[in-house]
Amino acid sequence: MLGEGILKGLAETARNFVGSYFSAERLTTVQYPEQRIAPIEATRDFPFLVYDGADWEAGLRCVACQICEKECPPKCIYIEKSTGKKPDALGKPQFYPARFDIDISVCMSCQICVEVCPFEAIKMDTEFELSTTDRFGGLLYDRKELAKSNEHYHKIHPTEAAAVDAHLAGEKAKADAKTKAAAAAATAKAAASAAPPAGGGA
Amino acid sequence: MFANLDQIFVLLKQWAVGWLPASWQAAAGVLLCVVAIICVFPGLFAITVLLERKGLGRMQNRYGPNRVGIFGILQPVADGIKSLTKEDLVPLSADAVVHFIAPVFLVVVVFMGYAVLPMGRNMTLVHLDAALLFYFAIGASTELSVFMAGWSSRNKYSLLGAMRAVAQMISYEVPLLMSSVAVVMITGSLSLDKIVAAQNQYTWGLPHWYIFTPWGFAGFAMFAIAATAETNRSPFDLPEGESELVAGYFTEYSGFKFAEFFLGEYVGMLSISGLGTTLFLGGWSSPLAVLGWVPSWFWFFAKIMLSMCVYIWMRGTLPRLRQDQLMNFAWKFVLPLTLLNLFVTALWRFMGDGWERWLVCSAILVLAYVVMGRTGMHRDHLGARRYRYAD
Repeated sequence: MLGEGILKGLAETARNFVGSYFSAERLTTVQYPEQRIAPIEATRDFPFLVYDGADWEAGLRCVACQICEKECPPKCIYIEKSTGKKPDALGKPQFYPARFDIDISVCMSCQICVEVCPFEAIKMDTEFELSTTDRFGGLLYDRKELAKSNEHYHKIHPTEAAAVDAHLAGEKAKADAKTKAAAAAATAKAAASAAPPAGGGA
Repeated sequence: MFANLDQIFVLLKQWAVGWLPASWQAAAGVLLCVVAIICVFPGLFAITVLLERKGLGRMQNRYGPNRVGIFGILQPVADGIKSLTKEDLVPLSADAVVHFIAPVFLVVVVFMGYAVLPMGRNMTLVHLDAALLFYFAIGASTELSVFMAGWSSRNKYSLLGAMRAVAQMISYEVPLLMSSVAVVMITGSLSLDKIVAAQNQYTWGLPHWYIFTPWGFAGFAMFAIAATAETNRSPFDLPEGESELVAGYFTEYSGFKFAEFFLGEYVGMLSISGLGTTLFLGGWSSPLAVLGWVPSWFWFFAKIMLSMCVYIWMRGTLPRLRQDQLMNFAWKFVLPLTLLNLFVTALWRFMGDGWERWLVCSAILVLAYVVMGRTGMHRDHLGARRYRYAD
């Protein structure tokens, strides 16, 4: 009959109204600054730069390849390449960012920089309490503010960070094997080049 | 003692006016009543806003405002300070004069309706013989204010909202009037004082309120629906449908002018609740004869605050209607039923005092409701929209 649904709806809202005073589990919101809900693992807002080890400047994974700068749709990343080189995690000498700025007032949290980075150097953060009284300088983060440790990455995105670590370890093992093979080949070659005269002598 | 408490406001007024020379007393008395009305109803507005925000929160399993003052009771004060200190923007191409007048006009018109409402025994500001007519004449001019606001803003959303508001308010004005006419037919008077007096009688301790008769119940239901639409309340809040029209006719209003619209809307709701209470719920009369000692003004204000709670409950429950559903509902369902209700009222009047009239009148109304609900409000009109070509 007409109006039946309205009565059902009214009963439902009345149940919510009374129930929310008696059972706390009905309440879907929390008293925010005092109470907090841990963010879910897939949460993301703005990018940060990952570093390994204790020293942020030496440990930055970024090699200033500028792929993220070129791919960024709103163009919020600004990178200046270093003039000199420093050894990266694999021990290979690489450029590093002399300047790495992200304007988070422009960033749209699309995660494209993370997708394109071949060095697992840029990842998405979950920190959201970023309000500031200076809307220009306060929202333009330099590389020091962006640098966060691998431990922090493990804390906010454990599954993803473990996969990244496994991948990097694999890369390192491959690189090590390659250098070892190269070294072995070099010694073999050296031995081979040394052998014929010895063989000839025999 | 209880008699004095019942008349406390009347006695206070007489005492205050007594200090003045005799020739000034009448004018000063009226002025005092006007000031009282202008102070009391915005106070009730503040209470209603708080109830609404907390109540809606609880209906959605949230806390609602609870930071300002104990349990958030000072929230309306904070809201008021906020709207007073906000910048008052007027669009460059707006008609500045009309843009300014519209909210003022709304508030003035809405307050004028209170002049004829009996808020307690001997507590009517103006004893008009045609009080009901006056009320509807004044109530209809709120449409003008809404359209002034929409037109002068020079904004498409505002104009669309205003057009919707005018279409809706004029459509629902008809059932609103028709459902009230039933009361006039039984009472034989347009005077709201006489309408309350007619309901202020008791049989076996129970009141003679019109809502306790078949035609009165149907009339009250129709009146409540039309009043909700008339005050642009959910589920009939299309004129300010924020999901499609930003804020409807007051899109271009900010600061205190916006607060005036807000005040006008809520004071209008309180006012039309007062009229509904007077017409169908016995005005200031007590619900049981044994409770006759409680002051009459208490019953009036208790009844209108109860209606406000029902308004809030409705808002927390129902989704907004579509424009065509709104119009179909007004013209194809509510209006025919109110017309039928007029006939039933006449039948009630002339069938004598026996039990037969209860049976006949109830049967006609229930039958009409069921049949019209089945046929008139068929899925084609009120259900989900069917797309003929897209499927």
